Amino acid sequence: MVPPTAVAEASRPRHEIDSVVVRFAGDSGDGMQVTGSQFTLTSALAGNDFATFPDFPAEIRAPVGTTFGVSSFQINFGSQRIETAGDSLDVLVAMNPAALKVELKNLRVGGTIIADVGQFNDRNVKKAGFVANPLEDGSLEKYRVIKIDISALTMEAVKNSGLSKRDGLRCKNFWTLGLIYWMYGRDRAPTVEWLNKRFGAKRPELATANIAAMNAGHAFGETAEMSGEMTAFTVRPAEIAAGVYRTISGGEALAYGLVAGSQLAGLNIMFGSYPITPASPLLHILAGLKQFGVTTFQAEDEIAAVCAAIGGSYAGQLGITSSSGPGIALKMEAIGLAISTELPLVIVNSQRAGPSTGMPTKTEQSDLYQAVFGRNADAPLVVLASRSPSDCFETAVEAVRLATKYMTPVMLLTDGYIANAAEPWLIPDLAKLKPFRVRFRTEAEGFHPFLRDPKTLARVWATPGTPGLQHRIGGIEKAYDSGHISYEAGNHQKMTDTRKAKIDGIGNDIPEQGIEEGERTGDLAVVGWGSTYGPINRAVYTMRQKGLKVSHIHLRHIWPLPRNLGDLLKGFRRVLVPEMNTGQLVTVLRSQYLVAAEGLNKVNGQPFKISEIEHAIRTRLEH
Amino acid sequence: MNVVPERLTAKDYATDQEVRWCPGCGDYAILKAVQKTMADLQASRDRTVFVSGIGCAARFPYYMETYGFHTIHGRAPAIATGIKLANPSLDVWVVGGDGDMLSIGGNHLLHALRRNVDLQILIFNNEIYGLTKGQYSPTSRVGTRSPSTPQGSVDLPVSALAFALGCGARFIGRSIDTEQKHLPEVLKRAHGYRGAALVEILQNCIVYNDGVFADITESDVADDRQLYLEPGQPMLFGKNREKGIRLNRETLSLEVVTVGQNGITAADVLVHDEKNKMIAHMLALMEPPEFPVALGVIYCAPEVQSYETGLLAQVTEAKAKGAADLNKILRSGHTWKV
Ligand code: SF4
Repeated sequence: MVPPTAVAEASRPRHEIDSVVVRFAGDSGDGMQVTGSQFTLTSALAGNDFATFPDFPAEIRAPVGTTFGVSSFQINFGSQRIETAGDSLDVLVAMNPAALKVELKNLRVGGTIIADVGQFNDRNVKKAGFVANPLEDGSLEKYRVIKIDISALTMEAVKNSGLSKRDGLRCKNFWTLGLIYWMYGRDRAPTVEWLNKRFGAKRPELATANIAAMNAGHAFGETAEMSGEMTAFTVRPAEIAAGVYRTISGGEALAYGLVAGSQLAGLNIMFGSYPITPASPLLHILAGLKQFGVTTFQAEDEIAAVCAAIGGSYAGQLGITSSSGPGIALKMEAIGLAISTELPLVIVNSQRAGPSTGMPTKTEQSDLYQAVFGRNADAPLVVLASRSPSDCFETAVEAVRLATKYMTPVMLLTDGYIANAAEPWLIPDLAKLKPFRVRFRTEAEGFHPFLRDPKTLARVWATPGTPGLQHRIGGIEKAYDSGHISYEAGNHQKMTDTRKAKIDGIGNDIPEQGIEEGERTGDLAVVGWGSTYGPINRAVYTMRQKGLKVSHIHLRHIWPLPRNLGDLLKGFRRVLVPEMNTGQLVTVLRSQYLVAAEGLNKVNGQPFKISEIEHAIRTRLEH
Repeated sequence: MNVVPERLTAKDYATDQEVRWCPGCGDYAILKAVQKTMADLQASRDRTVFVSGIGCAARFPYYMETYGFHTIHGRAPAIATGIKLANPSLDVWVVGGDGDMLSIGGNHLLHALRRNVDLQILIFNNEIYGLTKGQYSPTSRVGTRSPSTPQGSVDLPVSALAFALGCGARFIGRSIDTEQKHLPEVLKRAHGYRGAALVEILQNCIVYNDGVFADITESDVADDRQLYLEPGQPMLFGKNREKGIRLNRETLSLEVVTVGQNGITAADVLVHDEKNKMIAHMLALMEPPEFPVALGVIYCAPEVQSYETGLLAQVTEAKAKGAADLNKILRSGHTWKV
């Protein structure tokens, strides 16, 4: 572990704190995402636990200085266990008035604003929708405001770099990063290394200028501290399990998990996808992993993407497709074909706010109905949900296992938050994962394409090219005993029942539902799925400290549900289901178990705050 | 031990399934021609895949003793692309009707052609929707009366082959369901082409559009309405091969001429050059009554790398660059030890 070296360097003892929430906010062109990810990297290297939340506009280049062009990156880091990107901000870095306008509501009372006064001119102030300059009109009294002319200081720092005025000014995010590095005693070396790698060969002057800006920001902190203007803090390393760590985003974890799964199954991957926000990172990452036998196919549309994946599975590879809600809607007919022909298929849905185009860059969990029920006819499949960026790895492996073992499509739900957020990850040793190698049918004796494994009910997988096994399959109903076309009524009943029984039976092949936090019985079970894990877990933990009999249950397997879930829920007086939708899992739980579960719902494009869930728990239990 | 493989006959490519097309449907003739083609090629039954969408034509795979995948409406070219990417050594045929391929699946056909996926794509064009009981189709001529257009259709039809050329198709051919000698020859050429090869087959739907091609196929008009193209041969037709196609160099369009009349000599008649895309386009669009219908291989561009070859070469290249070690990749970049 790298200890925070700056503790020794500082002239005065640093204030020690457990955790901090910082949000970098600026214009889309201000490089806030780069700044945030660099800060994340150094926090990881300093041994902190952390969670991040990148929040950017849907428009690629929104007009400069407008509120809808604000791009932010939030990080919560600390010496304790960190579950969410943080409810409210301790520090808001506002690179312009619009950033202040948009993000101020998230700052806690007494929190710190670091504002680039160089950007708070009349024009920008008006453009952001302020009547008067908020830095001057006393409206920020409740906060600590640190006004620095970051723009001018950056220009000063890079004046010898030979950069144009425009390029020089663009270094201001690294000046700011330098200042924040000083505040939290962070090592600058990894960022120096990153800048040299990024610009070194092609535009070394950009690397030099950005490093100079960062160093100037850092030096500014030291000087300002002398005068008492600024305070430096120490955030000690967190106590986390021993091992080798890295940061991982949901997109990366998914890609690696799918590749790991395909290796465990002994299959190559045929990945078909069509670009869509926020699902595209998976396509990009897998396109760089071809050495693992991954073929990535950027299709002409969502339908072709899933169809190519189905063609891949039919021909003996692992077919995977990925999209977001609107794209998944387009794929549904083809998914029905994969259900009917009983081919393995993994469908990743990075959910976003909807309906229709909705808010592509904003997160939501509103596709659970679509995943579980959203097809014509009785068309069951497996639905899994990842709870966090790193959890995507395990869920992806599980998706591949179930798809290949049961010859079925598996829908894996993540969301925009998970896809883009990053967290520290204890890197697993892949050699320790249990293989689940696929066995293709090669024996001609007694073969027909819908011959089933009596235990799993999975049909045989016989791929074109296998001598003597030529056969025909399709979406028309098949005779149970031969796989030939059949319109016979009794046969359709039997096939429908069999398809259902196959998926239901998976309930016996998945782990029993456990408890994340708390006892197996009590006054209130808070049941979640997907990316609400962090805030629910932290809220339940805190409420238990206060003596409330509340437990956290978090589902990975959405369909079929774990076999003991019904009994588990009956052990609680009340059940609360927080979801970023208007109540989807809660409806499923009510219909499956006849429990009086109630929803806690929001769809404002932002993840739950811990305090919102704490409040909901309290109102249920304290009267 | 040397086993001399048995020679397969057309019958060996037929399944035991009862064929369910209407009696007299042109699809029977096409099935027969395809099975004959398979036998002529001695195609491996377990390395051949027929992929189809939805429609009368799309039932085709059930009757071929090969691998077969009857998929969903319009999507056969996309599914076939996935099959070819997953296993390029398979011989993949795509079968669909005019509605399947040119209406609901037009987009996939476009992209399979422009990508140049090594597929044989057969369009059974009967200018009608058969399976849904007779609505007009995207290839129906203006004025087609059908249950959905009782007063006659008003929209202009698409030409399958002109569309294909516009998409960047590098091989297009045309034949007629009942032409049991000609059709297998065109299919064999398509099969031999490395890349996407499209063949339009004029097919009679005896129930909903009987005789729609009578102006081409009836024996009294056939000679004057059918132009059989042969590479390097003059484009002659007519009972005594007295008629020919000439390029009018002033209007840059084709015209029908009669050799021996108005000073026309054999030298005036166009010689078929399969590589000439401009002429191919004009040939594809020829239709009666002014012109005969062009049959045979209309366009065959020099072979270039097919899509799956190019894409899979990148996979091979990536594999050659170093061992695929996921454990190592996970541990590359910034890591830290706790
Ligand atoms: S409806 Fe027409 S195309 Fe379809 S099977 Fe009958 S005759 Fe053939």
